[in-house]
Amino acid sequence: MFSNVTVILFSFGYLALLFAIAYLTERSSFKNKKLSSNPVIYSLSLAVYCTAWTYYGSVGRAASNGLEFLTIYIGPSLIAPLWWLVMRKIIRISKVQRIASIADFISSRYGKNISLGSIVTLFCLLGIIPYISLQIKAVALSFDILQSPLAGFQENAAPFFQDTAFYLALGLALFTILFGTRNIEATAQHEGLVMTIAFESLFKLLAFLVVGVFVSYFIFDGVAEIFSQAAERGFDNLFVLQGEHGVSEWFWMSMLSMMAILFLPRQFQMGVIENTQERHLNTAMWLFPLYLLLINLFVLPIALGGLVTFGWGNVDADTFVLALPISVGQDWLAMLVYLGGFSAATSMIIVASIALSTMVSNNLVMPLLLLNHNFQKRNQHHFSNILIWSRRFSILAIILSSYIYYRIVGAQFSLVSIGLISFVAIAQLAPAILGGIYWKEGSRVGALTGILVGFVLWFYTLVVPTIISAGYLPHSIMTEGPFGLSFLIPVSLFGFKEMSYITHGLFFSLLPNFFCYLFISAISKQTSKEHNQAAVFVDIFKYSTILDSSIIWKGQAYIRDLKSLLANFLGEVKTQEAMQQYVDVSGKRVDDKIKADPEFVNYAERLLTGIIGSASARIMVASVVKEEEISMTEVLDMLKETQELKHLNEELQEKSEALRQATNSLQKMNQSLIENDKLKDEFISTVTHEMKTPITSIRAFSEILQDEDLPEEDRNRFLGIIIQETDRMTRMIDQVLDLERFDSGKQELEFQPVDLSILLLEACDSMAQVFKDRKIKLDIELDLHHSLINAHEDRVKQVILNLLSNAAKFASAEVCLRAFLVNGQVIVEVLDDGKGVPEEDIPYIFDKFYQAKNQTSKKPIGSGLGLAISKKIMDYHQGSIKMERKGNHTCFQLIFPAIENKSSHNINSENEQNTHSR
Amino acid sequence: MNRILIVDDEPNILLSLEFLFKKEGFQVLIARDGEEALELIEQSTPKVVILDIMMPKVDGYEVCQHLKKNHEEVKVIFLTAKSKEQDIEKGKNIGADLYLTKPFSTKNLLNQVKALIN
Repeated sequence: MFSNVTVILFSFGYLALLFAIAYLTERSSFKNKKLSSNPVIYSLSLAVYCTAWTYYGSVGRAASNGLEFLTIYIGPSLIAPLWWLVMRKIIRISKVQRIASIADFISSRYGKNISLGSIVTLFCLLGIIPYISLQIKAVALSFDILQSPLAGFQENAAPFFQDTAFYLALGLALFTILFGTRNIEATAQHEGLVMTIAFESLFKLLAFLVVGVFVSYFIFDGVAEIFSQAAERGFDNLFVLQGEHGVSEWFWMSMLSMMAILFLPRQFQMGVIENTQERHLNTAMWLFPLYLLLINLFVLPIALGGLVTFGWGNVDADTFVLALPISVGQDWLAMLVYLGGFSAATSMIIVASIALSTMVSNNLVMPLLLLNHNFQKRNQHHFSNILIWSRRFSILAIILSSYIYYRIVGAQFSLVSIGLISFVAIAQLAPAILGGIYWKEGSRVGALTGILVGFVLWFYTLVVPTIISAGYLPHSIMTEGPFGLSFLIPVSLFGFKEMSYITHGLFFSLLPNFFCYLFISAISKQTSKEHNQAAVFVDIFKYSTILDSSIIWKGQAYIRDLKSLLANFLGEVKTQEAMQQYVDVSGKRVDDKIKADPEFVNYAERLLTGIIGSASARIMVASVVKEEEISMTEVLDMLKETQELKHLNEELQEKSEALRQATNSLQKMNQSLIENDKLKDEFISTVTHEMKTPITSIRAFSEILQDEDLPEEDRNRFLGIIIQETDRMTRMIDQVLDLERFDSGKQELEFQPVDLSILLLEACDSMAQVFKDRKIKLDIELDLHHSLINAHEDRVKQVILNLLSNAAKFASAEVCLRAFLVNGQVIVEVLDDGKGVPEEDIPYIFDKFYQAKNQTSKKPIGSGLGLAISKKIMDYHQGSIKMERKGNHTCFQLIFPAIENKSSHNINSENEQNTHSR
Repeated sequence: MNRILIVDDEPNILLSLEFLFKKEGFQVLIARDGEEALELIEQSTPKVVILDIMMPKVDGYEVCQHLKKNHEEVKVIFLTAKSKEQDIEKGKNIGADLYLTKPFSTKNLLNQVKALIN
């Protein structure tokens, strides 16, 4: 077989490989963060669950109890689909609250309480150190077998400095310290470590599969052959579900392992703290159960093969995995198996000691140190060093105590039993954690009582028997009970003998724990801080986005104080970075002189929590913050407020949208008012400008007339012009006043039936001279049958005259006035053959501001106000006026509603139906 | 002989100005809009142009700009009803030698034109 030196070389060589993987990963992670942040790596790292106990112990348990070994793998596989609910919630809470360990989680949930965190830490130490020592034992055991397989396991008599296991333990401690405590932030991820653990998981799986295949297909002729040989030798009882206590045993064991996979400190470390993305759970949910299936595939064949080969009781079943290859002379395969077992043991030792050291430093060392004010003052600038060294020292202490435990006690127990006792210890945390994330009423007192009761009973039912069997307590306790009270026999309380040792212990510790938690929580009152945390934990998915504003806090603190506090732990540079991040995210100002708002205090506390744990962070923050106690109702109100605030905010957004729309339309209205106002101004300026024209003429000619030498002829002519311009002036004033009256609605028109034909002829008569002067032909076509319209005669005549005079002005040769009936409407059209109004101006010609609106320095066409007034008049008559081009003619069209057809014999005019030509 | 061009779209104002300047011995040209004025200027360049601003087709500003560009020596007088300060400012900026507002005093106008010519 191998010499001592060879095995040692391989062991340390393997450790060196781990160092290399961790080192290279951390170095490359600066370049490529993604390497360790991979769902497969994450899933593999969860397989830290499979320790040396799985590696060696499962075979041992299968050899004695058959399929029962599967229970502790069935539980995790069954609960894996639920990870999306439970694990994701725990991960979210831990990330948001910067929780670094399971003790931190519990203490944070129950009001960041120091005592609770310390107690959980102590119990975890009590529960896990034997478990670590178990791994050391497994390594030592396999080490010995590899050197002298036939000697079997012997009591280790060598002093520790000659014991290889001691140096391996030291090597592991060194590795763990180097790669597990680099960062002061306990919540920071250890990429190198995760890669190493994933590698170890892969390595132990491969080694176990190789030996499984070897045993099944090389030593034996297939799995079926093993089973048939085993059956021949009377081991067939191991093939089926069995055990002394049957189904209930399976149930309790599965329950136990379900809790273990969630709450074992090393599982919490790998599954929660080292988790980079929640969605990695999706992969882990199927990959991890698959891993468990693979690693258990060959357990039964190996166990049965060992039994067939060595017989019952000749070789420790825990060592079958090694003994089988050695028995057929496969030394190098045995070496691979040894290293596989070594990897299973080291991964557990490394992760468990990191997790425990974080708990010890954050929940035991720091709170104790910080509670001492003198210490706090003296060392405030060394905190980060103290912290990191306390963590390093804890790792060393934990691993060394495990070694000592192994040397003194551990050698006497089988692998499996110690592991299960640890499981039961950790299960005591389940009520407080699960209750904590789903039940707001769960209180600190309830959790504390439950955990204490659970641990006391755990100790009594599971640990005391081991002490008794080690000979430290009288054996009579096991047979007659303490002080002769038989119902207190540790392994059969109240006479329960139906259960196995472990199940009995689990039942009698967890159930009282659970009921104490429920009952005491129900009757006790939470403090405001507790309630706040409870609400945040239970409703984490609601709060994680608005967390900072939902934290209840009242008091006074200066940003400067908080900053220097942070600097003590983070250092100046990182503190500055953190400040910048806060400013970026919150958009708030961080000024040394101003007081910190609750959001900032909370941010600072969470930063510290990531480093020293929630309870210690609370103490530190409290040292610079003058906090006021807030009443329960205030807390409830404020929590309710944040939720209502969100709701309110949505409503507010809707309202502001409506308001914005209202503002918009108001702005539009205002705009049109301004526009109107502007138009009015321009109108006035145009009107006054227009009035200046006749006044200018009047003044000029008046001055000319002052010359007494003026010939009589000129004198008369100029006087005529003055009179004409005065008339023009008067007309303009009348028009403006008219328009004003129509606009303001003050104009009242009295209507009476009017024969439009007569009115039109009269208008033509009065314009006859104008047309004659301008040499323009006026055609009149009337086809009205003396229809009557309800009208104000003078006003309608004003419209007609306006149209005729415009036409006379712009026509080049002829104008046509025609009137006819269409569908009970009277239509009057005035057409001229002039150039017409430019296309783009047509929509504006009836607009009284038209002139002003399109005013440039170019003089507009038309008289200005005539058409605007005409439109008003037509509106008063419920009629309409419009303009269009008809062929080469500009056509103004008036439409009046007709009232009735007057009998043609009443008024018998010659002009009717005539074409009148002038 | 002093040639003067009067540009206005109001027949009566044209008539009065024509009468006034003829009596003072000017050779008077008249135009009813800017377009006509530009044609006349090219035919026989006057010494002084009296310009209305608001006219159809081509306005007084354009006529003035044309004059200042092509016939720098021609004196331009705006005679307009536009009496706001910014209008006067604009007229001067465009290059008018005088800016008079309507209604105007005939004596003042004659004096100003004479002063401008000498």
